[in-house]
Amino acid sequence: MILALVGNQNCGKTTLFNAITGSNQHVGNFPGVTVEQKIGVVKGHPNCSVVDLPGIYSLRPYSQEERVTRDFILNEKPDGVINIVDATNIERNLYLTLQLLELHIPTVIALNMMDELRGNGGSVNISAMSHALGVPVVPISAIKNEGVADLMDTADDISRRRERPRVTDFCPYGAVHRCVHSVMMLTEHRALAADLPPRFCATWLIEGGDMADKLSLSANERQLIELSVTEMEREIGLNRNAALADMRYNFIEQLCRDTVVKCTESRERHRSVKIDSVLTNKYLAIPIFICIMMLIFYLTFSVIGSALSKLLGAAIAQLASFCDRLMTDSGVNSVIHSLVIDGIFAGVGSVLSFLPIIMVLFFFLSILEDTGYMARIAFVMDKPLRKIGLSGSSFVPMLIGLGCSVPAVMATRTLSGSRERKLTVMLIPYISCSAKIPIYTVFCAAFFGRYQVAVMALLYAGGILLGVMTASLLSKTVFSGRPVPFMMELPNYRLPSARSVVMLMREKARDFLQRAFTVIFMAAVIIWFLRSFDIHLNVVTDSRDSILALIGRAVAPIFAPLGFGDWRVATSLISGFTAKEAVISTLSVLTGVSIDQLPTGLSALFTPQSAAAFLAFTLLYTPCVAAVATIRRELNSTQKTVGIVIMQCAVAWLVSFAVYRVGALIL
Amino acid sequence: MKLSQLKIGHSAVITAVGGDGPLSLRLLDMGLIPKTRVTVQKVAPFGDPIQITVRGYEMSLRREDAAMIEVEEASR
Repeated sequence: MILALVGNQNCGKTTLFNAITGSNQHVGNFPGVTVEQKIGVVKGHPNCSVVDLPGIYSLRPYSQEERVTRDFILNEKPDGVINIVDATNIERNLYLTLQLLELHIPTVIALNMMDELRGNGGSVNISAMSHALGVPVVPISAIKNEGVADLMDTADDISRRRERPRVTDFCPYGAVHRCVHSVMMLTEHRALAADLPPRFCATWLIEGGDMADKLSLSANERQLIELSVTEMEREIGLNRNAALADMRYNFIEQLCRDTVVKCTESRERHRSVKIDSVLTNKYLAIPIFICIMMLIFYLTFSVIGSALSKLLGAAIAQLASFCDRLMTDSGVNSVIHSLVIDGIFAGVGSVLSFLPIIMVLFFFLSILEDTGYMARIAFVMDKPLRKIGLSGSSFVPMLIGLGCSVPAVMATRTLSGSRERKLTVMLIPYISCSAKIPIYTVFCAAFFGRYQVAVMALLYAGGILLGVMTASLLSKTVFSGRPVPFMMELPNYRLPSARSVVMLMREKARDFLQRAFTVIFMAAVIIWFLRSFDIHLNVVTDSRDSILALIGRAVAPIFAPLGFGDWRVATSLISGFTAKEAVISTLSVLTGVSIDQLPTGLSALFTPQSAAAFLAFTLLYTPCVAAVATIRRELNSTQKTVGIVIMQCAVAWLVSFAVYRVGALIL
Repeated sequence: MKLSQLKIGHSAVITAVGGDGPLSLRLLDMGLIPKTRVTVQKVAPFGDPIQITVRGYEMSLRREDAAMIEVEEASR
């Protein structure tokens, strides 16, 4: 059985999903839905799976995510819907509920944050609300895991029995009622023939949705619908969309008057206003934001993350030398020995030690997101971002891009305008992802001594600056047009749930490990192979004679003007396309120097100027294969994606050339 | 008057929601419909967008979009 989890943004949907499924989640792809969705098996209901659909405010396909949700429910026909509703913000949350009920699929309402509502003196008459809406309502607190088991029993039960919502008229008798019913009468048989819910089709047609063709309505029927809608508009003096929204909100207001005792100014709200008076203060907002980001970077890269990385790196080195001894002692074939030690341990092992840094970065990013601070950042940054054709919401994907471009590109789905989405996607490769950190760390340690942190900061800032320049150029030329409206909820500040933070970190760690043992493993083995054999597949004694050297030498001249024309460097850049971490592991394998010795080993290949040029190049050149694949999927265009890759490489070459020349003048 | 002209801390009741296409649809979905009471909470540090309270929650809205909403200032 498949259940769909649907709700507004910021209503605790992810928390509930985690509570329902525990660690039993995976990312799945449904046919027809281009977007990956998280699926999990329900704890205690082994034959029941839940799909976590994007957080939305309405089923009108206004953004990509709303289209995904609507299409999923209409096409995949889940056995049941769990509609999560924030009890502390009940009116707007129920708006989506009314639209969902029109889909006429077994539905249960999870009334979340009941602890908060009750704690502030509010209450809900659950049975009265359930009766009025015609579906079961279960009060829960996802964050405290209260009522969740009850919710899932109910969901399982109604889906098994195919208990659909009782058909309820949300419209009292009047113009809207007449219009809805006459359209429904006219189109019901068509809707049923197309296997679509009639009431949903009727309101959809009235709102001017793209339903007429789907139902293959005749010209005559279309005219009749239009006639009845214009009559309604004239009668109540509102346009069709306002009329239906008005009808839904009127029903909700009445429902809340009957069943909900709202809390007066809640403690959480009060606290939020107080926090906001500092965090979005006219003068303090920007300095505080910069401080928070700097603190996160400092903690990630030079305190917690790097300490853990060193520890893990040392452990892996121990393991490598242990294996080395074991194989030498037992006389293992020298080719195999070399594959394990020089290929796999040097390649994968070195990359693995960066795992802690990535986990720590995502730990902080998820806290920013879950507390509600991300939304404030978007609020504060909207105006400056609009100057380059973006909006405040583009800022969140950009921040995620500091971790990894793949989830960042995927996060652009929350943006409503396609122009804005494309621009943000194109900007993300300029934001230095965490996979490039190993490259920076090693090179900075080798060449820039006590200026390490400054060079690091310069790289990040330079990437963003170039991205901003590109975006503003594109938004004035190729992507010119009106900015889309920017409307965003500013949720109350909340303490993030430890479970969600841990789950996210675990997810990121798993992604990373998966890549380390698939893509990076393959890359390491292939590169080891190319390096250890010559073109006649004989084992080479000197890596100069290897196949890899041949390829590297062919490409190297391109990089000669940038100061790093050595074939080993060229090869490492090529392998960086599989994953950026592979740049360093390849350099380590090719120079035959272990990662911790690499800073000294590199001085034979680079001067400080060429090292700076190399860093600029790695900052800007093509995103890794995973990111390119994601960009292609999100832009849905191979041509544009290839364009982005070529542009990135060209920009990288030019900037790197400039850095090398200027560097030669200064240093 | 327009919602974008309302001063910080002042409340008003929506009389009409203008704008075309996606903008007006989204405003309606978020609960900004005629007869709804809104309060302007604050203005972002760079002067735009504004933060309003509607139906018990906070949302941010650009000035140019707020200019599409006609309001009547409520007596305080």
